[in-house]
Amino acid sequence: MTDNQLLPYLPVLLQLLVAAGIGAGMVALSAIIGHRKYSRVKMQAYECGMTPTGDAQHRFSVKFYLVAMLFILFDVEAIFLIPWAVVYKDLLRKFGWFGFWEMIIYIGIVLVGLIYIWKKGVIDWNVDDAKESASGSD
Amino acid sequence: MNPTTNEIQSIAILPELILSVAGIVVMLADPFLGAKSNRRPLGYLALAGTVAALFATAMQRSSPGASYFRVIQVDDFSVFFHFVIIAITAVVTLSSLDYLEQQRIRAGEYYALLLFGTVGMCLMTSARELLMLFIALEISSIATYVLAGFRLRSAASAESSLKYFLLGSFATAFFLYGVALIYGATGTTNIPAIAAKLAEGSTTGLTVMALALMIVGMAFKISAAPFHVWTPDVYEGAPIPVVALMSTGPKAAAFALMLRVLFGAFGSLNEWWMPLIWVAAVLSMTLGNIGALMQNNVKRMLAYSSIAHAGYVLVAFAAQKEAGVSAAIFYTATYAAMNVGAFAVASYQAGEGERYVSIDDFAGLGRRSPVLATTLTIFMLSLIGIPLTGGFFAKFYVFKAALASDMIWLTVIGVANSAIAAYYYLRLIVVMYMKEGDESTPLLPVPVSVATGLLVAAGLTLYLGILPESTLDFAIKGARQLLLIH
Repeated sequence: MTDNQLLPYLPVLLQLLVAAGIGAGMVALSAIIGHRKYSRVKMQAYECGMTPTGDAQHRFSVKFYLVAMLFILFDVEAIFLIPWAVVYKDLLRKFGWFGFWEMIIYIGIVLVGLIYIWKKGVIDWNVDDAKESASGSD
Repeated sequence: MNPTTNEIQSIAILPELILSVAGIVVMLADPFLGAKSNRRPLGYLALAGTVAALFATAMQRSSPGASYFRVIQVDDFSVFFHFVIIAITAVVTLSSLDYLEQQRIRAGEYYALLLFGTVGMCLMTSARELLMLFIALEISSIATYVLAGFRLRSAASAESSLKYFLLGSFATAFFLYGVALIYGATGTTNIPAIAAKLAEGSTTGLTVMALALMIVGMAFKISAAPFHVWTPDVYEGAPIPVVALMSTGPKAAAFALMLRVLFGAFGSLNEWWMPLIWVAAVLSMTLGNIGALMQNNVKRMLAYSSIAHAGYVLVAFAAQKEAGVSAAIFYTATYAAMNVGAFAVASYQAGEGERYVSIDDFAGLGRRSPVLATTLTIFMLSLIGIPLTGGFFAKFYVFKAALASDMIWLTVIGVANSAIAAYYYLRLIVVMYMKEGDESTPLLPVPVSVATGLLVAAGLTLYLGILPESTLDFAIKGARQLLLIH
């Protein structure tokens, strides 16, 4: 029976409903009974915020995207290393050096990736974008 | 003997190890070559990797069993699919060598991604743990998403890659959701353990939900109707050798995955998934063949044809039992041989910028290149299912298994569909030989690498059509082991 299986999760569902209700209720109530007065000063950037100089629809260099992606990759590597380090003694006792070499191989593969992107010039910020796209299109 | 070290047998993943190492070497070598230099040596390196992996697979036959903490299963089933998938990659590599030069794509990463994708596909056939299956599915999918966009100057290729990526990751998410639910229902992700748990307990809503979600994910990967809509668009834009791979390699792996999940894990729930498979089979065959009738682009035509063939394999799924499973395995191998060959011909005939991909462009091919025309004729006849080609026995075993399981209507619909399909395959042959092409089009000499790939594919297609017994025996052994794993 589905009901029996899901019954222990009923408090979670209630919690969700209450949280959603309070959130939506506050927004709705302030929209209904709140006062709105706009003035020049109110519409300005708050405190030390910067005055906008244009909209955000610029063309960015694709490098920002690549660097963000690489950051995720190496970040994930670190995330894998931490649990491994935590259980390392246990691994050593149970499987000998197997756990150690597995991680070395893994780091080696990530290192190969680093060499690859390095040689491809992904982290080289001195290359002119226009020049690079010209050489890349041939 | 130490039981823990016994768990780790590198032979169980030796083909995957070889392919990974070859892929890494190719990837690392690429930036060290000059920007203008030829990438052909990297292709040969990839080819050597696939050949070595084939030998490693042959060695695996003598050491079956579960290893790596019961995550990897080596048996005749996995070995059979390893052979199929790695052979597909080898033929695709052979037809890519000249294609990439023709399209002026100088990227060694192409070969590296081919190999990495193959690693994922191979693992999909040998994993016996749902999480491992999921990771393998992702490895294979991500490599093919990128490969689909490799025609850098073509907007259609970028569109193909993006569509494949968005829809594909959506489908994988469905599969993963199913895995999560089945873990919730049974407390394990190990396929034999799930089967044991499901066989003893009563069926709950949760397990049925998990089953349905996983079927959605898998049906997308094999492009079975009603989850087939992406196929023609993606195949049309992607580079042709990549389509050759996509329509056979990941599909063979997805069929293996589906067999493993449906028969390995959900065998006791077959009255639940049977109707779904039945409907998907009928829809795939019918929509695929009707769609293919109306195409003028060869890539789109073969895309619809691949949907139809997914339907035939699903007929074998519906037939169940040993006969059905072995027929599905045999069909996958045959389909791979003939389809990868047909795309290999198309990829060489397409020319620079893939200009000649409409059916009319094949006019006069019989005169311009007898080699291409002859091999393409063999592949088309096999796709129809003419005797003496592999396609005949593949269909024969499928329909025989379906009749043995009293699926008379499904067989009738399947046979009727094969008759419809004959029209569009024959049309291509007629255009090649009966229609005079433009006299000014030059003769097409076939380079050695393309000819070798075609020879392998055509040879296997004919071999499966003339001497199918040994392969079928292999498939039957694989089916028997799949149904018996505990």
